[in-house]
Amino acid sequence: MCPVMREIDIKQIVETVSKLCIDASFNLPEDVLRALNEAVSREESPLGVKVLKQLIENTELAAKKKMPICQDTGYTVVFLELGQDVRVTGGDLYDAINEGVKQGSKEAYLRYSIVSDPLKRENTGDNTPAVIHTDIVPGDRLKIIVAPKGAGSENMSGVCMLKPGDGIEGIKDFVLERVRKAGANPCPPVIVGIGIGGTFEKATLLSKKALLRSIGEYNNEKTYGDLEKELLTEINNLGIGPEGLGGRITALAVHIEEWPCHIASLPVAVNFQCYASRHKEVIL
Amino acid sequence: MSLSIKMNTVVKIKTPLSDKEIENLKAGDEVLITGVLYTARDAAHRRIIDLLEKGEKLPFDLKGQVIYYVGPTPAKETEVIGSAGPTTSYRMDNYTPVLLSSGLKGMIGKGPRSKNVIEAIKKYKAVYFAALGGAGALISQYIKKSEIIAYEDLGPEAIRKLKVEDFPVIVINDICGNDFYVEGPKKYFRGV
Repeated sequence: MCPVMREIDIKQIVETVSKLCIDASFNLPEDVLRALNEAVSREESPLGVKVLKQLIENTELAAKKKMPICQDTGYTVVFLELGQDVRVTGGDLYDAINEGVKQGSKEAYLRYSIVSDPLKRENTGDNTPAVIHTDIVPGDRLKIIVAPKGAGSENMSGVCMLKPGDGIEGIKDFVLERVRKAGANPCPPVIVGIGIGGTFEKATLLSKKALLRSIGEYNNEKTYGDLEKELLTEINNLGIGPEGLGGRITALAVHIEEWPCHIASLPVAVNFQCYASRHKEVIL
Repeated sequence: MSLSIKMNTVVKIKTPLSDKEIENLKAGDEVLITGVLYTARDAAHRRIIDLLEKGEKLPFDLKGQVIYYVGPTPAKETEVIGSAGPTTSYRMDNYTPVLLSSGLKGMIGKGPRSKNVIEAIKKYKAVYFAALGGAGALISQYIKKSEIIAYEDLGPEAIRKLKVEDFPVIVINDICGNDFYVEGPKKYFRGV
């Protein structure tokens, strides 16, 4: 018997991506807002409390006035989970995503922040191309996650190929050193995404995917869940605080994703996310 | 909209800045700025430096002025400007000492500056302020006028002349060489 393919027209994909770009830029996810509000009650620095309240006020204003939370409306990173029983019709899937980014950026007055070549540096004038990561999964659905990423936090990220013997202590030292060096630059309170294992590029992708997890959810594997909690305490003990002006809330969460790795390797990647953790998703 | 900063702890200043006003500013002070700010980021800085090297006229006179490191989102028809929070300042560090030696008095951005910039701030009696990173929507409310005065081809990186009222910032680096990004966190450090 022939397998039944579910058809999804690219028109629906263009429209969905456009809406997600707009929604992500104007409206912070509930879990992040909750974490910010909760941070106000735990912050010991009076200036830190004031700063956190202003960040919350900013998100409320952005939602109310339908304007971007941050002027760096980011590089549009798109995660696709494409069911293997889906057939995309009417055109090219990646073209459709870029068209959605273009339409959403224009409609919502987003900033055009992408240059076509890293050295010639001419603005593409429409925020394309997106960076697209695709996973093929069982089923007949298409999940689209749009996660615009600002450069302030992205620029502070890093990867290190540790020795297997460096273990948990080596990982902690590397992460804490990155946070200390980043200081005020990534607009704390941050969310720290960490990828452990895999290969060089796999670790970085894991660190970015880790940022998509809801705040308050921990890694299911106890070793990593415990490490997330320990790192969060130690990061907040650095005293960097909201906007780097001093305080007890430097990070809202630490999320670790792990992957099998080579007998000779222990890759660790750290991807920073500013407080404006923008990501929205839809399942078609 | 409510002013988020309490008035009793705030210093009010006007641009262009005088040496006397700058001398009174200490790292950690909360400040409200009224007057003109000029926007410039990476690309505009490179062009300004080129002009200075060639001895040509700049798009605006640097004397006493304050540069705001910002690339706003486009304004809707009904708004003065889009979201307009600060960008990270260290990217401008290599250009800054030359601008300070040419009369620039203040900078607004976010994140720490290099040793060279902190030294130049002392030497030329200038000041570096932080605005709230990631608060672009809120900050836009303090900007009352915006016009592009140079490098329109740079899009978000064009030089804009902004008229601001009670624009909230915090002094990070003062003329004594203090750095609030070092001093502020000390009190809350619990590590080893």
